[in-house]
Amino acid sequence: MSDYIKIAGGTIHDPANDIDGAVRDIWISGGKIVNPPEDPSVKPSRTIDAHGLVVMPGGIDMHCHIAGPKVNVARKMRPEEKRKAEVIERTAITHSGTMGSVPSTFATGYKYAGLGYTTAFDAAIPPLGARHAHEEFDDTPCLDKGFYVLMGNNHYVMRSIQQNEPQKLKAFIAWLLRSAKGFAPKLVNPGGVEVWKHKQAGNVHGLDSEVDHFRVTPRQIVSQVTQAANELGLPHPVHIHCNNLGMPGNWETTLETMKALNGHKGHLTHIQFHSYGGGDGDEDTFNSKVTQLADYVNTHDNITVDVGQVLFGETTSMTGDGPLGYFLSNVYGGKWFSGDTEMEAGCGITPIKYKNKSLVHALQWAIGLEWYLQVEDPWRVVMSTDHPNGGSFLAYPQIIRYLMDRQYRKDVIKTCHPRVKDRCTLGDIEREYTLNEIAIITRAGPARILGLKNKGHLAPGADADITVYTPHENKETMFELPRLVIKDGQIIVDQGDIRHPIQGKTLHIEPEYDTGVEADIQEWFEEFYSIRWRNYPVDASYLHESEVVPGR
Amino acid sequence: MVTTNPEAPSQETELKIVEDATCTFCGCVCDDIELTVENNHITKAKRACVLGKAWFLNHEVEDRPSCLIDGQPATVEEGYDLAAKILTDGDYPIIYGLSDAPCEAQRKAVGIADWIDGTIDTTTSVCHGPSGMAFQGVGEVTCSLGEVANRGDMIIFWGSNPAESHPRHFTKYSLMPKGMFVPNGRKDRTCVIVDVRKTKSANTADIFLQIKPRKDFEALWTLRALAQNIELDPALVLEETGVELAVFQDLMDRMKACKFGVIFFGMGLTMTRGKHCNSEALLALTRDMNAYTRFVAKPNRGHGNVTGADNVVSWRTGYPFGVNHSRGYPRFNPGEYTTSDTLANREADCGMMIACDPMANFSQPAREHLASIPYIALDTKITPTTRAAKVAFSVATYGINTGGTVYRMDDVPIPLRPSCDSPHPSDFEVLSQIEKRVQAIIASR
Ligand code: SF4
Ligand SMILES: [Zn+2]
Repeated sequence: MSDYIKIAGGTIHDPANDIDGAVRDIWISGGKIVNPPEDPSVKPSRTIDAHGLVVMPGGIDMHCHIAGPKVNVARKMRPEEKRKAEVIERTAITHSGTMGSVPSTFATGYKYAGLGYTTAFDAAIPPLGARHAHEEFDDTPCLDKGFYVLMGNNHYVMRSIQQNEPQKLKAFIAWLLRSAKGFAPKLVNPGGVEVWKHKQAGNVHGLDSEVDHFRVTPRQIVSQVTQAANELGLPHPVHIHCNNLGMPGNWETTLETMKALNGHKGHLTHIQFHSYGGGDGDEDTFNSKVTQLADYVNTHDNITVDVGQVLFGETTSMTGDGPLGYFLSNVYGGKWFSGDTEMEAGCGITPIKYKNKSLVHALQWAIGLEWYLQVEDPWRVVMSTDHPNGGSFLAYPQIIRYLMDRQYRKDVIKTCHPRVKDRCTLGDIEREYTLNEIAIITRAGPARILGLKNKGHLAPGADADITVYTPHENKETMFELPRLVIKDGQIIVDQGDIRHPIQGKTLHIEPEYDTGVEADIQEWFEEFYSIRWRNYPVDASYLHESEVVPGR
Repeated sequence: MVTTNPEAPSQETELKIVEDATCTFCGCVCDDIELTVENNHITKAKRACVLGKAWFLNHEVEDRPSCLIDGQPATVEEGYDLAAKILTDGDYPIIYGLSDAPCEAQRKAVGIADWIDGTIDTTTSVCHGPSGMAFQGVGEVTCSLGEVANRGDMIIFWGSNPAESHPRHFTKYSLMPKGMFVPNGRKDRTCVIVDVRKTKSANTADIFLQIKPRKDFEALWTLRALAQNIELDPALVLEETGVELAVFQDLMDRMKACKFGVIFFGMGLTMTRGKHCNSEALLALTRDMNAYTRFVAKPNRGHGNVTGADNVVSWRTGYPFGVNHSRGYPRFNPGEYTTSDTLANREADCGMMIACDPMANFSQPAREHLASIPYIALDTKITPTTRAAKVAFSVATYGINTGGTVYRMDDVPIPLRPSCDSPHPSDFEVLSQIEKRVQAIIASR
């Protein structure tokens, strides 16, 4: 017997290799996709009959909140939501868990896998909590995982910018990513969180407002971290949550942030929340500025975005943007968590509910869909709900239906606040996504944007992370229950049942840097941190299974 | 960092220095201890406080079997087998303790509870459980301890006596450090102590408020009212709280005027009349204060890794403590699934006690019931709980003999640096072995 598995006769959607619905066989061996054996007498040990089924690479969620300090706080904070949610029962091979907007770790892994996703990235980990995130990853099965490291309000980052020391900045970014065993630099409301930490309702309000004490601007932080990260050749140089999230009129800040990349590669996340016209907190002036921003993205190929789609219903807002958490908790009036991490970051959590009858919420929903439909190149827009901020990752099949079925979209607009139609262009957009375009925005595109050469495609050499769907006219039905999900060459889900909950690995990077700067970092560290320098870096014992992703 | 001194005086004495070792004795989880180890004995614990020194220097590896069954020496293998049998035979198994174990062991314990459809609970249920419930009601505005050191200019301790319970709290985190925005250290900070008696900590205070016992809730609501400029009756305030309204008003004026206020609270608040209502009032007051300035609150957690236990139980089940799996999925109900209740109500029919001593500190009905059911105990020392256990494991001491991860009371995870060997297995090892056997039994059903 060989160790080959063959997926026979499936209809393949592998846009990275220009395959759009061709019927082909896929051979798997040793957890990888391989060429068929040269010797025709070699038979696969197992053949999966995929005739009539759709085959795609495993899904990749490039922006979600699934592990680490703030996710766990949100779990602790919302028992009321879990009690009424679907239950996850223990089986002979799987753990039990709880759902709600912030599922427990095992439930997170099983549910992603059940949806055909095999890779996910947590988008906001303070380096001081990196160890925690890695521990949770170890209890989150079925997925390859990585996280982005918060550094947009890091004191050393701001200090080296203020002192005009780009070499120090560059070394620090690499040192920090290695110490945390993280995957990419993340900027969250650059500069604004630091102001929040030392002033009542403090924040910055535009790209050029100055961060007190450090005397740097958000523009400087964005430009210089982006440049340094690009020079380091990181697989995913920078992941940006812009200033002024959620505020009417914030589209101008977003446009300025795009310009501040200065042509370097950069990713703007949950762009939906940053695309608003209007002003002065007046609900009546709130409107969509997607057309203006998408025009800029369409003409600047250094920029990629994920959407942060809002879905109607109850969820939990969780963010590294401390002042935003304060703002939202005042808007919704519910319980509120805020957690400031020394030298590094902040955090805000509050329950929220999006209602279709609210003009603002309905517009947020529409603006998200406008983004998918107005970015011309699907390789530069990625599906996300900013789970759980806009809604759960479990809503992805529903979003796919919105994108592939314009009549469905139009029917839902009719149920929304009546003025939504006048405040955005969604009602007039006729575009419908093809299956191949869906494969791009849910797997091939994020793999390329993240610099993951072995993921998001089905050519020999790729990780054998594969999802097989049963076609259906209703695309929500098709995507919510894959026929099979294969991870590292093993069938982990069969028609919704978890068959083989493998561990999955941690993806991280190890960029080279000028180690001469370490002494300066250490001196700064020892003056202000509450833990010891030597106890800060996460050691390899926390990685369990892992892979170092090479630079660009 | 382990270095062997090349100039060790005699061949017999093996000397090593372990730098930046972590003390797990209290929630401060100091990670800057320098240990001197001679012949597998810790002889010096530089920078540790008196409690920490005692923790390290009194550490003895007792020469006794790693496993006892009915008080008689047994092999650990026999112990693992019997433990798995007891836990899988029961109808209402409970697992309790966990706060003096590293996260790696805690994760195993929660896993076992899940496989056996059992109830998992931690010592949180008898210390800061009410804070956890209050948190679920109002949330929390908080920060890591380094923020307090760098920014805190008004430090309030409420029902907490760190001078005795967390001896390095003042010097390392809250009062003395010269921080980024408080460069003169203690001089830049106002220290307020609120308590029902004059504790040792009160000596350090700039302001001491002695309130009437069991009146924390009233005192906190007085402050909440003053924060909103609501007029109060001075006579009533004095009568209810034992403190003049003018004193509260002065405190509130200072709280509004400070730049970064911090309230640390302890079991003097959470375990006295009002319990989670007290914690909730304090968390709400902290939140209210953010309309005027920055203010944060933080429970002064006790046992080394009780914070880790909260985290581990939360990420695996979604709930922080008192979690029942009898329906095959987690349910949370403090007062029903918490161990003092499952025992006192005579519901549990077998169990496992990990690094805790309910036989010494639970109510009599709870103790009587525990003594009447078969249970497993894991501890580093002989206790009333290990003595009455069907299967008792002597385990190595975390942070001294074994590594792993511990969460400081501000949820910052810190690695352990073991310094000397133990002949006993770690709690992680024991629980891993039991989990394997439990899983095999479950799979064969
Ligand atoms: S303060 Fe607590 S953690 Fe620090 S040395 Fe003393 S007992 Fe150990
Ligand atoms: Zn996010």
